[in-house]
Amino acid sequence: MYSMSEQAGVSMLSLKHVTKAFYPGTVNEKIALNDLNLELKAGDFVTIIGGNGAGKSTMLNATAGVWHIDSGSISVDGVDITKLPEHKRAAYIGRVFQDPMTGTAANMQIEENLAIAARRGKHRTLRWSITAKEREEFRELLKVLELGLEDRMTAKVGLLSGGQRQALTLLMATLKKPKLLLLDEHTAALDPKTAAKVLEISQKLIDENHLTAMMVTHNMKDAIAYGNRLIMMHEGRVIFDVSGEEKKNLTVDALIKKFSQTSGEEFANDRALLN
Amino acid sequence: MDFLLKGISQGLIWALLALGVYLSFRILDFADMSCEGSFALGGAITAKLLTVGLNPVLGLLISFCAGCLAGVVTGILHTKLKVPAILAGILTMTALFSINLHIMGAANLQLNSIKTLYSSLTGLFKLNKTNLSLILGGVVCLFIMLLLYWFFGTELGAGIRATGINEKMCRAQGIDTDLTKIIGLALSNGMIALSGAFLCQYQGYSNITMGVGAIVIGLASIIIGEAIFSRVKNFFLTLTGIVVGAILYRVVVAFVLYLNMPTEDVKLMTAVVVVVALCISHFGTGFKKKNKQEKELAKKKGKGDVQHV
Repeated sequence: MYSMSEQAGVSMLSLKHVTKAFYPGTVNEKIALNDLNLELKAGDFVTIIGGNGAGKSTMLNATAGVWHIDSGSISVDGVDITKLPEHKRAAYIGRVFQDPMTGTAANMQIEENLAIAARRGKHRTLRWSITAKEREEFRELLKVLELGLEDRMTAKVGLLSGGQRQALTLLMATLKKPKLLLLDEHTAALDPKTAAKVLEISQKLIDENHLTAMMVTHNMKDAIAYGNRLIMMHEGRVIFDVSGEEKKNLTVDALIKKFSQTSGEEFANDRALLN
Repeated sequence: MDFLLKGISQGLIWALLALGVYLSFRILDFADMSCEGSFALGGAITAKLLTVGLNPVLGLLISFCAGCLAGVVTGILHTKLKVPAILAGILTMTALFSINLHIMGAANLQLNSIKTLYSSLTGLFKLNKTNLSLILGGVVCLFIMLLLYWFFGTELGAGIRATGINEKMCRAQGIDTDLTKIIGLALSNGMIALSGAFLCQYQGYSNITMGVGAIVIGLASIIIGEAIFSRVKNFFLTLTGIVVGAILYRVVVAFVLYLNMPTEDVKLMTAVVVVVALCISHFGTGFKKKNKQEKELAKKKGKGDVQHV
């Protein structure tokens, strides 16, 4: 298939005039995405911050196809995916969720989970679900995580800790090199030490596979330290977008100041401030 | 002894129902009520086809396909029309009641003097009916268990298993969970209809009410099987446990009838058996866990200090 990303500078993800309202027509109506526009270049690693209800997760879910958007268009690497169902978009997109329980099947073995991920974007046939060759490949990939999982490949995933499950989910999301990797607060449920380890693994996998990625985080320091671009969202739109040198020179204080300037509100979010 | 052999041979027929119920209730985590209708559907179709002179084996196959179709209907109601699982099953079950009556043309269809699989094979191998049904049931059960073991080891089968555990993860990994649910329900109801078809040929008649209580019998078999095979990790052994559970259930029923207990007490006795099985699994694992903990403690004491993992 002709791949547009091979031309440098062409967008890997393009959100155009995306609007999504929840509970439309009721008193609870909430416009989660409000004429949102965003372009990601191939190789971009974008960190996303913003207050509660700013539309960060909604944007990721809209891209992944959890539900359909009200208007606008979404394309990945030049392919319009606006009308594709969630499981078909999975051919292009790898995802890691906030809840470590969400990304894996607890009652199945580590290698079975990986085998399922190895068939992302492919037809599920009546061939045996895992081959001996794959088993060896998985063992090598698990070694890279340095969690000792390569010796526990037939253990049920439910026996793993939250951090181990997130690391495994990351591996599953990147096993079939996705055009886009979506990390939705994937370290928020972990203790600081484990979170740092999972972030380190994320960076490693993104670098090695030259992935285009978006990471939602509540940790301002992480948002500054990781990625080549940072966006801040508010009321369903991008209100601040920096990259390159300008992003490297950001400080947490400057970010908070920026937020209150642009949105006209205090960044009254304990999670953001305490981190 | 005769009651025991009869119980076992009937248990092998009901085991197919139990395996079907296991597929929907346990593997897909879908409380599928349509199984009562599909069980009777299998019986109704087989009875009707045999009375018009069709080959008994063909009757079984067509019953299986009809059961699959019933499962597809429940699956589509649930996945495409977003009807809750229990309601989708009840709707199919209710609709099947009328359909089964139409198929049979009456509430009861006798197969007197009509060739069934059992009557033709007893003549062929010169076996009595009980021995024949033991062998036939054993072979059929083993064959279906092997098929299930293979199927759930394939890419598609693994997708169905994963769907029952974590749908969100499945969709993120590109599995069409609507499709896997529909396929799973089709296979489940197909097996249940096949069970009804075998029972119809075994007992020589089909009845509109033969599906009543099928869910309870299926679940009871699963619970008994899981209680006995509680520490089993191998999937084939899990399936074996369910077949053994179905057999035990039927043996108890046969025993109650053998003791000349009033027939109205049969259901009470079977309920007691299920409770006993649940107690065994509950207290059994509790006791063993305690033992294990004590052993581990003793080990750690022996080492001198407690290691943190």
